Amino acid sequence: MTRFWIGAGAVIAIGLLLAVTDIIANSFWFFAAYVVLQYVVLATAWNIMGGYMGYVNFGSAGFFAIGAYTAIVLYNLVKAPLLVMIPLSGIVCGLMGLGMGYLTLRLRGVYFAIGTLALAVVLETLMVNWDYVGGATGAYVIRPRTLEPFGDYVKFLTFVMLVLAVIAVAAARWIERAKFGRGLHAIRDDEIAAECAGIPTLRLKLIATTLSGFLMGIAGAPFPLYVGFVEPASAFNLAYAVNAIAMPMIGGTTMWAGPVIGALLLGTAQQIANVTISSELNLLIVGLVLVLFVTLAPEGIVGLVRKYFGRGR
Amino acid sequence: MISLNKRGLLAGAAALGAAALIAAAPAKAAEPIKIGFSMALTGGLAGAGKSALIAMQIWEKDTNAAGGLLGRQVKLIYYDDQTNPATVPGIYTKLLDVDKVDLVVSGYGTNLIAPAMPIMMQRNLTFIALFGLAVNDKFNYDRYFQILPAGPKPITDWSRGFFELAMAQDPKPKTIALVGADAEFAKNAVKGARIHAKNYGLKIVYDGSYHPKTADFTPIVRAIQARKPDVVYVGSYPPDSVGMVKAATEMGLKTKLFGGGMVGLQYATIMTALGPKLNGIVNYDFWVPEPTLNFKGVEAFLKKYQTEAKGKGVDPLGYYLPTYAHAYLEILGQAVKATNSLDHGKLAEHMRKTTYDTVVGKVKFAPNGEWAKTRTLMVQYQGIEDNKLDTFAKAGTRVVLYPKEWVSGKLRYPYTEAR
Amino acid sequence: MFTFDLFWNALVAGALLGGFYAAVSLGLSITFGQLDIVNIAHPAFVILGAYIAYMGNEWWGFDPILTGLVAAPVFYAIGVGVYRFYYEAFERRDDEALRGLAFFFGVMFIVEVVLIMAYGVDFRSVQAPYIGGNWEIGTIGIPTRMFVPCMVSIAMFAAVYTYLARTFTGRAILAVSQDRLALELMAADPVRVKQVGFGLGIGTAAIAGALLIIIIPIEPSVGRLYIGQVFAIVVLGGLGSISGTLVAALILGVAESLVSTFYGPSWAPAVAFSVLLIALAVRPQGLFGR
Repeated sequence: MTRFWIGAGAVIAIGLLLAVTDIIANSFWFFAAYVVLQYVVLATAWNIMGGYMGYVNFGSAGFFAIGAYTAIVLYNLVKAPLLVMIPLSGIVCGLMGLGMGYLTLRLRGVYFAIGTLALAVVLETLMVNWDYVGGATGAYVIRPRTLEPFGDYVKFLTFVMLVLAVIAVAAARWIERAKFGRGLHAIRDDEIAAECAGIPTLRLKLIATTLSGFLMGIAGAPFPLYVGFVEPASAFNLAYAVNAIAMPMIGGTTMWAGPVIGALLLGTAQQIANVTISSELNLLIVGLVLVLFVTLAPEGIVGLVRKYFGRGR
Repeated sequence: MISLNKRGLLAGAAALGAAALIAAAPAKAAEPIKIGFSMALTGGLAGAGKSALIAMQIWEKDTNAAGGLLGRQVKLIYYDDQTNPATVPGIYTKLLDVDKVDLVVSGYGTNLIAPAMPIMMQRNLTFIALFGLAVNDKFNYDRYFQILPAGPKPITDWSRGFFELAMAQDPKPKTIALVGADAEFAKNAVKGARIHAKNYGLKIVYDGSYHPKTADFTPIVRAIQARKPDVVYVGSYPPDSVGMVKAATEMGLKTKLFGGGMVGLQYATIMTALGPKLNGIVNYDFWVPEPTLNFKGVEAFLKKYQTEAKGKGVDPLGYYLPTYAHAYLEILGQAVKATNSLDHGKLAEHMRKTTYDTVVGKVKFAPNGEWAKTRTLMVQYQGIEDNKLDTFAKAGTRVVLYPKEWVSGKLRYPYTEAR
Repeated sequence: MFTFDLFWNALVAGALLGGFYAAVSLGLSITFGQLDIVNIAHPAFVILGAYIAYMGNEWWGFDPILTGLVAAPVFYAIGVGVYRFYYEAFERRDDEALRGLAFFFGVMFIVEVVLIMAYGVDFRSVQAPYIGGNWEIGTIGIPTRMFVPCMVSIAMFAAVYTYLARTFTGRAILAVSQDRLALELMAADPVRVKQVGFGLGIGTAAIAGALLIIIIPIEPSVGRLYIGQVFAIVVLGGLGSISGTLVAALILGVAESLVSTFYGPSWAPAVAFSVLLIALAVRPQGLFGR
């Protein structure tokens, strides 16, 4: 047992305690926490490709949405419970990630980034024209009012999202520490050199893109139950693509803690801004903070901390 | 802008302060009655959302000037939902749990009403919605009420007038083209039209939809024209409504009846931009300055609205949505007064039974919360010669053709000659 | 339903639309294609140009295209400024790939939000004598609203093409990303050359914006829609090929128009991007790529 696992266990235990008791009677905190945690998963997932491997995915919203739409299909088909939706959404998006991994065979750098952008648009058009999942009209998914022992169903959703966030972070941390992670770094630094050095680049890339897709899918799976009504414009919302990139950039892309810090900070700031400043300033803040960080602190908050406190991990 | 930011920050600080003291004291009698809602103040629906907010604030001011409700002042508490449905659940829980609002109403538009429904149902709250189309078909919630005058069967009632007009012509039209944007409202509008077309035995010769941000509508209008439909029913949003009208007039679309469910043609900015190009189009509307619709209080309200709206970049006339945004709060206020309580059960009970008098006329709800009878107007743009705002503020430029009680003019038919 | 009448009309409408797409893509073809700067904020600059055309038209009744031409030098200066910043912050540190991308992402948001704060999200449009007309040539209809922008776009292409091919700086721009060393040997400072190139790219956005607002009413977030489209065109045409960009834009316009007419308009955007994905997979260097 390392400190990380003790910490993760403690986070889940505290989360469970808060979710099943009424210590926090105010359900607003759960609704807000859900969104922030969802971004922890998304940002971490993005970082596996973007940060570790150096492949920029502009299509995060596409993966997130397909996760959500898989859940809608399952709901429409058999009223599947959430705990079935999550792994299946993950698998569907994982397969999509695998496909994207093969795309990297031909597309590098900017071409790849544009390819992911195009992929998201194509997927959105498909969903718009697929009436079974509501098409452009949108689909209603009615969540149960309560679930014991949580009470309010949203408390349960938030707890589930917390567990997913811990899983995502653990996966990212594992990659970072394993030989696999070093392989990805080599790809990021110089793919051709890595290949020459005998690193099985394709295999590593495929695993990374599949994993990243899987995690984005599970982030999207509970979304229909959370909002109750999903239409393509909200599921493919640009905010997901932007935040998935901005959060790791702000937190720092080299370490698992980066996206987590970025998501917690930016996500919380957005939740506060939603109910206070309540205007487009919200987007402006994201834009300005992003520009500031990429120009002044290229290593993100993690990098700043390292620089000023002068120690490694 | 700066003052707004400061106000925002202050409000933020206040909210955080309030949050720190979660164990809020029970509401004292002297405290204002708080009405909470989300509203699209940024994003795609912001133009409409902002104008609705102005109307609601007029109601707030007037009510307070008249002594408030139950001897207490009223206070609107609202947050920007950014036209993003994902923000709505958070906003309503914030309103209910942190701000402790007494009453709730909805934001503008189906997409932003639906995400609030599960929360309302969980807590058994009475919820009046602003322009949601058939939201309650799926939820079947008995404390949901809806101010959009679509009627008890929103999907088909929406275009009922259009088809009754078409079928009353001699000779009867035989073919129809349906076209709509790939988005929630437009799809539903076209769906309703498709049902009517089938019932009336009209042959559907074109049935297509397009991306809401299509840049050029020429190919679409041409494809429609090639099939020579007698009637063209369009379900569209503001930018594509403009695109369709422009393409149709440029190419001289030959059909007998054109229009139906085009959102945006009711907005003053779009009407003045299109001017005479609108002539002959038959489209839905909710309120127009025709003598038959001169309900008590509507003129006074519009005068206030038009003063308030100046320089705010919103609809300067305020016919379409603001009147209804005012009316849904009127209904809430009247129900509170009549039941003398803030009990949501009693309020809902009252709303199910009562006919309300508002600036949009008499409102009575059906069991599913929609209007008991449709009052979706079908109007025709007639005799427009310029692009001036005043043209659209006077009677006679948009004559009411349906429903019968409100008719104020005659249909000019076919479209090719009415143009 | 297929008739030759419809087919030729769809072809013409598509070509006109493609001409307009070309104008929006030209700037990116220079900045991304020639200079290797991934300026995803380009459509945001186009929208900015559209709003300037709107202001000129609304306040003083200026012709939108004229306003665009007047604004172009200002945009050039903005472009030079943005490039200087970009160079100092990223390129010099050899750090442009990921962070440069994120930087332009941020810039895009800032431009959009500033426009929202200034103008709200209402749709804006302009008045001009050539909006609303239509020429009938045989059975083919040509809306002037589409024709004028298309012609302006082609003129702009011709001007930029000539400039790049005939002048010293122009040739240097074409060469800068290919052979920096040779450029330095020719005593041309690559940074200055790129500065001019980037300014030129942003300058075209002023005119493209004016064309955009002639064709459709706009609001600040319309630009996002074009990100994919312009990249599709530039990549399809082949990086570094200005004429390839024009051809690709026409192909995309025609493809969208044909799908719109004969299959279903709602599939049109997917077609554009499917073409891009296929092109990327089969021939990443584009049609006319180097």
